[in-house]
Amino acid sequence: MAIDIQTSPEKASSDRTALIRAGLRRRHLNEQIFRGLGIAAIVIALGFVALLFVDVFRKGIPAFVQSNLHLSVTFDEAVIGSDPVPVRGDFVSDAEYTAANLKWQRDLAMLNWNKIVEASLRKAAPEGFEIDSKQIQTIPETNARHQIREMFVANPSLLGQTVDVDVLASANAANWIKGNIDRSLGDGQQQLSPPARQLIDTFVDNGTISNGFAWTIFTNVDSRAAPASAGLLGAFVGTLWMMLIVVLLAVPIGVAAAIYLEEFAPKSRITDLIEVNINNLAAVPSIVFGLLGAAVFINWFHLPISAPIVGGLVLTLMTLPTIIIATRGALMGVSPSLRQAALGMGASKTQMVFHHVLPTTFPSILTATILGVAHALGETAPLLLIGMKAFVASVPATPFDQAAALPVQIYLWQGNENRNFFEPRTAAAIMVLLAVMILLNGVAIYLRSRLEKRA
Amino acid sequence: MNALVVAGVLIVLLGISYQTGWSKSRNLVTADGVKVHSRPQYHGSFTAIWAMIPALVILLLWAWLGGGITHNYTVSQIPQDILVSLDQAGLNGAIIRINALASGYGVAGEIAPWEQAAGDAVRSFNFLAFAGTLILAIVAGGAGLIYARSRITARLRARNTVERVVNVLLLACSAVAILTTVGIVASLVTEAYKFFTFINPLDFFFGTVWAPNNAGGDNHGSYGLLPLLSGTLMITAIAMIVAVPVGLLSAIYLSQYAPKSFRSVAKPLIEILAGIPTIVFGFFALVTVGPFLRDFGNAIGLQISATSALTAGIVMGIMIIPFVSSLSDDILNQVPRTLRDGAYGLGATQSETIRNVLLPAALPGIVGAFLLAVSRAIGETMIVVLAAGNAPILRGSPFEPVSTITVSIVNQLTGDTDFTGPQSLVGFALGLTLFVVTLCLNIFALYIVRRFREQYE
Repeated sequence: MAIDIQTSPEKASSDRTALIRAGLRRRHLNEQIFRGLGIAAIVIALGFVALLFVDVFRKGIPAFVQSNLHLSVTFDEAVIGSDPVPVRGDFVSDAEYTAANLKWQRDLAMLNWNKIVEASLRKAAPEGFEIDSKQIQTIPETNARHQIREMFVANPSLLGQTVDVDVLASANAANWIKGNIDRSLGDGQQQLSPPARQLIDTFVDNGTISNGFAWTIFTNVDSRAAPASAGLLGAFVGTLWMMLIVVLLAVPIGVAAAIYLEEFAPKSRITDLIEVNINNLAAVPSIVFGLLGAAVFINWFHLPISAPIVGGLVLTLMTLPTIIIATRGALMGVSPSLRQAALGMGASKTQMVFHHVLPTTFPSILTATILGVAHALGETAPLLLIGMKAFVASVPATPFDQAAALPVQIYLWQGNENRNFFEPRTAAAIMVLLAVMILLNGVAIYLRSRLEKRA
Repeated sequence: MNALVVAGVLIVLLGISYQTGWSKSRNLVTADGVKVHSRPQYHGSFTAIWAMIPALVILLLWAWLGGGITHNYTVSQIPQDILVSLDQAGLNGAIIRINALASGYGVAGEIAPWEQAAGDAVRSFNFLAFAGTLILAIVAGGAGLIYARSRITARLRARNTVERVVNVLLLACSAVAILTTVGIVASLVTEAYKFFTFINPLDFFFGTVWAPNNAGGDNHGSYGLLPLLSGTLMITAIAMIVAVPVGLLSAIYLSQYAPKSFRSVAKPLIEILAGIPTIVFGFFALVTVGPFLRDFGNAIGLQISATSALTAGIVMGIMIIPFVSSLSDDILNQVPRTLRDGAYGLGATQSETIRNVLLPAALPGIVGAFLLAVSRAIGETMIVVLAAGNAPILRGSPFEPVSTITVSIVNQLTGDTDFTGPQSLVGFALGLTLFVVTLCLNIFALYIVRRFREQYE
């Protein structure tokens, strides 16, 4: 509809208004739709956050419950025999005593401790319950015999006595108790034999098996033979070593580099190049840093494979750009009046930077450090390339020992064949990792707000 | 043990030298009317520098050359008639045995008399060499200390010297960033070059079959990049289809519509997604998203694998939502207010302003942000390792398992340090490809973003 301006000004004006009015409805509808799309996008994004957390928590929380078997164990002389414990006084030298003691322990290790475990299980079972030896052994975790042997080694006077001991139920038994495996599946698909399942249910009813909080997740190292006892301690300490190396190396080097580039470097082609280079390093895929670690640190420098020192160095190089960029930003934000005041009082440039400018950037540097460490903490791919995929069942005493790391432990557990048992346990490990990360981020936010208030 | 001794000696030397310089400087001040150029702590640092540098140089020289010298000495301790009978492997074995004897751990098997003699000799040589180096370092440090102390006068410009040394240290630290890049390029190029001596580059870049023979032997298998590249691109495309609309729209809503209170809550919540480790996303994809998609596919009559390009792509898309959203947010905020006010003044509604004015003005910057997101998706590893299914076959359906460049790097190179065959070296060729692709994307994206910023500054 064209507006005829020639007719009269009033007519033209009212025509125009009518035209605008006619379109307005449609335009306001479009406005509503567009705004609705925006809200939908936010809801989807937040929904994913919620879904992820709910999913991990729903899967992981059951793994913090473990099934304990309360047994009364008799240290039967018929099984253990009555070899005397070596006494220091009987030997001439310490070396001979140590040798005899080791021989005694070796002999103990050769004994059939499973018989003792089995006897105590049968004692707890109802009178005349029919189950063969192999089937009943599937109920306790395989480390029960080591646990009982170690008790005896520590206290040989237990011979012939009966004591109450708590041992872990096996992973398969725990699956059955918690319902991680479908109870209606046929015998062929069940991990446990029918009598074993029946006995477990009896044990649960009569209180021989009870559930408790799974401290073993925090106090044990990874284990393959006894999956129910697998814990995160080794991985946690390995991660701790790496983060220590990252903080000790990345922070001083990163801050120094930022100071040089921001305060001292002459503006030249080379500094431009360094700047472009640092921005690009921040965007290099993490797996490429893993390749660097494998080729340079392990193949050329012959550092030990799968050790926290190499992991720490690789993660340091990965974190450096983040810290450099954040520190440069903070230095750039320091007000010129502060600099001029320092210079005006006769401070040298170095004094101005180190005595006046740098202290005011402390909150930003701290925050960037914590966030950088939190990011490095969850990094997995580069660690796989430097051999941290290996199964390690020990706590690393130094950064040069073999070690696992939290994210790698998650990777290893999710690949375990006993899916029913390890899926919750993987989710539990993820919960621990997320808890550490959220803690770090929370500390960063808290410190920043506190320090900024004071400044 | 040795490291602890060295560290202890260095710390003591540092403390003594600093204290010496500091107290001499204080004595200068007590004299009447003397104006000292530098403050006492600069004289202390000046002396410490003079004492530490010679000591450190000697220790580093020994750390660098000591291994070779010890090796030569060990070889010289093996009797001549036995030495000629040994081949290279035998010689290495003998040296290992001698070193084990020297360190006092003992060795398996019978110890020949000459081995025992050589072991004893090497042990005393090691001790003497260590003690000698340490004493030499202490003497050199002490000499530096005395020289520096003698130079301390009121007119000595100690501060300037110390500041120059500090500057050099700062420069060295910023060189680490360059060295990292050099290290990445050098290691990727040299190892990839070794790979290309086994496999023709044309067969690698244009091959359509990925079937490495990991068993070893003369038949290396075939290393065609295309199946991996197609998997990578397919997953990246799916991820961008998920991430771009959600990320961009939420950025628009947060920066243009949302009240401040809502924005201050929602923005950090979305950014939580950016902080979650990728292995967690991988687990989520593997145990939740994959089975859900499979069941969903069954319900609508589609055959979808639990681990497929679709699973990995969707979850990777979720992962990069905050990346797209915060970058777009920054870009949108940089468009000058005058442009928006002009559109409002002409009577445009808010959504018309955004679609017809804001987005066209911000387009170059947003494209740059997307390219950065693409580069991140290509280099992402753990999600695809867990959820893409590891099937390096060239195919077009997103519902089936695929494999990517990063997955193959992880598969070919896990803790294997024996970089001799193409089976492990191919990891570096793949890494080089990945590095070059992401580098080009990053440089191009950063260039676009920078141009965009300059346009409105």
